[in-house]
Amino acid sequence: MTASVTELTVTAEDRRVAWLATAAVALSLVDAAIPSPLPGVKPGLANIVTLVVLVRYGWATAVWVSGLRVLAGSLLLGYFLAPGFFLALTGTTFSLLTLGLARHLPGRWFGPVSLSILAAFAHIGGQLLLARLWLIPHNGVFLLTPVFAAAALVFGTINGLIAARLLAEIPAAEPVR
Amino acid sequence: MRWLAYLRPGDWLVIAAGAAVVAFTLPFLWQGGFAERAIIRQDGQIFAEIDLGSRREVTVPGPLGATLVAIEPGRARVVADPGPRQYCVRQGWLARPGEIAICAPNHVSVQIAGRTKAYDSLSY
Repeated sequence: MTASVTELTVTAEDRRVAWLATAAVALSLVDAAIPSPLPGVKPGLANIVTLVVLVRYGWATAVWVSGLRVLAGSLLLGYFLAPGFFLALTGTTFSLLTLGLARHLPGRWFGPVSLSILAAFAHIGGQLLLARLWLIPHNGVFLLTPVFAAAALVFGTINGLIAARLLAEIPAAEPVR
Repeated sequence: MRWLAYLRPGDWLVIAAGAAVVAFTLPFLWQGGFAERAIIRQDGQIFAEIDLGSRREVTVPGPLGATLVAIEPGRARVVADPGPRQYCVRQGWLARPGEIAICAPNHVSVQIAGRTKAYDSLSY
């Protein structure tokens, strides 16, 4: 037997990311269990975790948590590398980029609700773009844009409110898990 | 409402902007264009192409007799048909591009066309 030479040191940050990603994956599963009248219209509950992480621990941690969530969520739900996976990945990428910009907005005026709505619109925008360019190369894809936009507005607001409440109720000193 | 306490002034602005985006994209639902013309076919050949601007009635002769088509601003329908099952008559008003009423026994069809060509199906 060869003794293992690779020693993986787990930092507190790693543990935190793992915990938060687990919470996000759990919410993804809840999300998938909620029946939807239209594919693409989903509450996106896991984004609550992303928002809390973004505000508490910064953008890099949020990227880690979101990325792991998309990966683990797709493996658990069985759509890894299927079109749905790339849609989720694109949506997440777009919303993370938007969040990266939007978090520089003055916090006194713009709270988690703003971040949530902006991210939700970026998410659906990215997905529609990918769907148009790759999956359904026809402008008919955009026919349902108003429905998706309305869903983004409603769910973005609700998720943002939940994230705002979590942030207000969990003191900053305590680790969020 | 205690939930409202979590909204900051700018959040209202973002919500309003979001609502504006929704309102702006709303016309996408009518992307197929508005109903502009009725295309009446007899035996697969175009019998008449009528602008859906005014009110008029068209009689289309077929093997079983005459099919009566009514045109109104923005819509059209088959009023009477000699066919046995009357499917095309019971379909009622056609008002969206791509909608079609087919009176198969009498070889007559009425289709609504918009600015752009509407698709029956999409494959990918």
